[in-house]
Amino acid sequence: MFVILIFFTVLAQCFNGKEVEVVEEEEVFTEELLLRPLPDRKVLTHFHFEHKAPFHHQHYRLFPKAIHQLVQKFRIREMELSFTQGRWNYERWGGFDPVSSRNVKPPGVELWAVFDVPPNQVDETWKNLTHTLSGLFCASINFLESTTAYSAPVWGFQKISGGLRYGALPREAVCTENITPWLKLLPCRDKAGLASILERPSIYNGFYHSQRLRLISRGFESQEGVKPEIVLQQTLTAVLQSDSQRTMTTNYGKKLQTSWSIRSIFGRKPNDICVLAKSSTIFLELDRGLVYELNKLGVELDTTSADNAAFELTVIPTRVIKEEKSSLNEGSPVVYEFSMDKFSPGKLQDIGLTWKHPIVWACLQAPYHTNRFLMGSGNERGSIAISLRSTHSGMGSRIDNVVDGSKVEVVVFQVVPWYVKVYYHTLQVFIDGQPKMVADVVEKLHVSPSEDKVSTGAMEMILKFPSDANLVVLTMEFDKGFLHIDEYPPDANQGFDIPSAVISFPNSQASITYLKENFTSSPMLQKFKEKSVLLSYTEVLLVPLATPDFSMPYNVITITCTVFALYFGSLLNALRRRVGEEERIFESKGKFIYVGDSTKIRLVPLLLQKLFPKLRTHQQQPQSSSPSSLLRSKLIFKVILVAGLAIGWHFYFG
Amino acid sequence: MEKIRWFWVWVIASLIFRLVFIYFPNDFILGSRAEIATPLTSLRRLAEGYWLKQSSMSPYAGSMYHGSPLLLSLLGPLTVLGTNGQPSYLLCSLLFVVADFVTAVLIRETGWKLQMAYSDRLKSLNLDKVLESSDILPAGDIASLIYLWNPLTIVTCLGLSTSPIENLMVVLSLYGACSGLAPLTAFGWVTASHLSLYPSLLVIPVIFLLGYGPESPPRKLYLQKTASSNGNNPVLGDHFFSWRPVIYFLLWATIWSSYFLFLCSISLKQYGGLPEMFKRTYGFILTVEDLSPNIGVLWYFFAEVFEFFRDFFLIVIHLNILFMILPLAIRLNHRPCFLAFVYIAIFSMLKSYPSSGDPALYLALVGLFVNELADMKFSFFLFCGYVGVALLSPVMHNLWIWRGTGNANFYFATAMGYACLQIILVVDSVSAMLQHDRMLQKLSRAQS
Repeated sequence: MFVILIFFTVLAQCFNGKEVEVVEEEEVFTEELLLRPLPDRKVLTHFHFEHKAPFHHQHYRLFPKAIHQLVQKFRIREMELSFTQGRWNYERWGGFDPVSSRNVKPPGVELWAVFDVPPNQVDETWKNLTHTLSGLFCASINFLESTTAYSAPVWGFQKISGGLRYGALPREAVCTENITPWLKLLPCRDKAGLASILERPSIYNGFYHSQRLRLISRGFESQEGVKPEIVLQQTLTAVLQSDSQRTMTTNYGKKLQTSWSIRSIFGRKPNDICVLAKSSTIFLELDRGLVYELNKLGVELDTTSADNAAFELTVIPTRVIKEEKSSLNEGSPVVYEFSMDKFSPGKLQDIGLTWKHPIVWACLQAPYHTNRFLMGSGNERGSIAISLRSTHSGMGSRIDNVVDGSKVEVVVFQVVPWYVKVYYHTLQVFIDGQPKMVADVVEKLHVSPSEDKVSTGAMEMILKFPSDANLVVLTMEFDKGFLHIDEYPPDANQGFDIPSAVISFPNSQASITYLKENFTSSPMLQKFKEKSVLLSYTEVLLVPLATPDFSMPYNVITITCTVFALYFGSLLNALRRRVGEEERIFESKGKFIYVGDSTKIRLVPLLLQKLFPKLRTHQQQPQSSSPSSLLRSKLIFKVILVAGLAIGWHFYFG
Repeated sequence: MEKIRWFWVWVIASLIFRLVFIYFPNDFILGSRAEIATPLTSLRRLAEGYWLKQSSMSPYAGSMYHGSPLLLSLLGPLTVLGTNGQPSYLLCSLLFVVADFVTAVLIRETGWKLQMAYSDRLKSLNLDKVLESSDILPAGDIASLIYLWNPLTIVTCLGLSTSPIENLMVVLSLYGACSGLAPLTAFGWVTASHLSLYPSLLVIPVIFLLGYGPESPPRKLYLQKTASSNGNNPVLGDHFFSWRPVIYFLLWATIWSSYFLFLCSISLKQYGGLPEMFKRTYGFILTVEDLSPNIGVLWYFFAEVFEFFRDFFLIVIHLNILFMILPLAIRLNHRPCFLAFVYIAIFSMLKSYPSSGDPALYLALVGLFVNELADMKFSFFLFCGYVGVALLSPVMHNLWIWRGTGNANFYFATAMGYACLQIILVVDSVSAMLQHDRMLQKLSRAQS
């Protein structure tokens, strides 16, 4: 008996060991954190958690089962869900680096997904997906289910063809109930590893935060050379400020940048390593503008020393990673890597940066700064304007935005709810204040107009204009719609939100390629290396709509019906009045009320006139018996008829 | 001769008045006013529909345009001629001025025809004392000047809505019917019903007009006359219903409507064809989909009514128009032109998207019956009421929509008042007309 037991245990151990080995080969989880000082005394923190798992697998050890079921059930090829609070300040925090162009999202919830289903099932799948996600993330994503909330872009949003649906909820409030399920997808949750420093109050006190879930699955179509796998990227981008705002002034009158450390930003420091993660790394990035300024000061950044003339690091970095080609005179970004695996557990250091020299720099901007605003007043009509203002920064060799000599290409994608009825024929283009022919600037335009109460309107267009244009403005007029009282949300007077427009610069790519000699397997840096289209989001617009009186339905119904009854009754009365007969009756009664030619009918005689014939018939009734029985049979017949009609009605329509 | 010259001076003055206003670039302000341009008649929406069609999309995509595809082909090209590719509505405005002018001339001719026929018939009944006793006004001139100088007409003409064309078609069919021209009548009637559905009800007065001829005193008088003059009577002969022009009319109406449908199906071939057109035009009218404010009452009613009862009330309100057709037709069959006026007034009160073009038409038609309706009881009250509503309604709209200080109920109250005024106008004019008939009857009885 004992022997058998031992045998089984050994067998089980063997089996387990074998499986673990296989899984470890295929299932990978990595966690990374990027810290970057921003010019306005804030710190950009960017968490990147990545799961990679084989596509066809029965049992997962690390990969969240919920996500796997989601992919299998809805046949999702790609999906991105983001919860964002606050607005990314493109002018201060930059818009031309991989973090800002990929991870910056519009306020509220944004969801897009590409499905691997036949075209007629895409909408159905989308509906089911939104419901599932709203359950998974405790958010009202299910409002994206109705056709008035999402759209099917053709090419304006991302260059993915077929089965793409895009929806955004600009007013969704994002809070801890959304981040908790998001953290639950991590193998160590927020108990260990980098996620353990995510203290909720410090994140939600920040200036901007965006939690994102990106899903890529390759495996629905068996292509040669493509490994069937699911990749789940969870990123959290937050702009935070150190709580110790010690500012020191120097002799030059310039303020010293705020020194910070992980503890001062988050209020916690990582206490333990997540043992399930293949690697956990913290990066400290000094961006292009900062490195340029430091180079001007003659600061040597290549070495892994913790101390130099400008700043001091509290922990000695594991190594320094530099960009491959530094052809730009502006300097190339420098990344200090702190590998958490190298530290002994329990002795994890609080990584921080202390400034010694005041430095002023600016982040690299996207070629055009985009804004969107409303024009006009009142609740009847207005105009939407999208403006692209040239930033004049980084127009060097790095930006290959220039097509056919001196033309810039910009793609605009905008979703408009149906109650904003855009007149697309009023599209006007102004370049530096001068009106231009639409056909000269808009190279390609795709409009799918909104249907009242059925679908949203989407506009996608490619603009091409001279690269020396400083300000390009697009305007479109619209009428505001009027809704049924049930269609207004609570607090209707606040207005309605129009989701952000997505503006992309297809010819400029934000990517950083790091030197091969310090090649790293870090998925985040790999991601930065990928070339992707530069995206930027405009503001969410708030459109106030005229509201009816919400307390009035009964009054309106009764008053209107009264007026209709008045019309019907008085007209019928005017038509059926036979003045001649009335005269004759009254003549016979001996009462002379001359109605015929007079222009005024007095009230009392009129009443009498109406009453007398009735009284007369009442008096006559008891005298004759046979008409009354006839009357009764008629009455009974009528009652039966009405009852029969009622039964029939109930039977067929009830 | 003097009178005629005087008339033309006023007509030309009114046209110059319009042209002066067109010259000033205020068209946009009027053109987007809710009282003037409804979703059905707005020229901006037509321009949007034309733009969609030019970019090879269905003109009905986007719930913007709800008019006829033929109007789109006719007016659409006029909207795009402008500087910098921006729409300019100058040519359309000129077209509307011409339409107004033609309508006024047709109203005048109709008035002449009605008056001639009426005096002939009265003479045949030996009732021409009526004509001599009171001074007879030139009803046609008055009606056409009312049409041209009515501020509502002017505003509609300048306000870039297609109602002047709809009004022209209605008046054209009435004129054709008065002159006994079946093809013209059929054309006007088919076009008007194609453009806005409601004028299709005018088929009844038009058939009466063609069958019985224009206005006459009640038919009973002729019978009495026949009875009193012992059988041989030349009077009655031409007051039987003559089927020939009616059949011609029906034939022509079939021809015109099939022709129009054919043209529409050609122009909408790749965008869903005729079912799509009926759904987007007539369906849009009947289901009251657009709830933007207008001078009617239905927009607020359907914005507030519970979704569950929506269909029920839609049926009730449309039946309200239909229910009164038969009683009116029975009672007023000897006055088909007046019947047409009553129908127009009723459906412009109960239609889904009324605009200022509708009162412009029926107020002009009232002018055709100035002699008969002389003893209307509430004429002064009605005049004051119309002026009051016309002044108050834009104020309330401004308070609610632009300033945000008022509330939808204020604007709705003016719409309600306007509906009541229309009810009073209809009821009062109908009873005044019946009263007039009674007076004739009495006179004729007194004679015999």
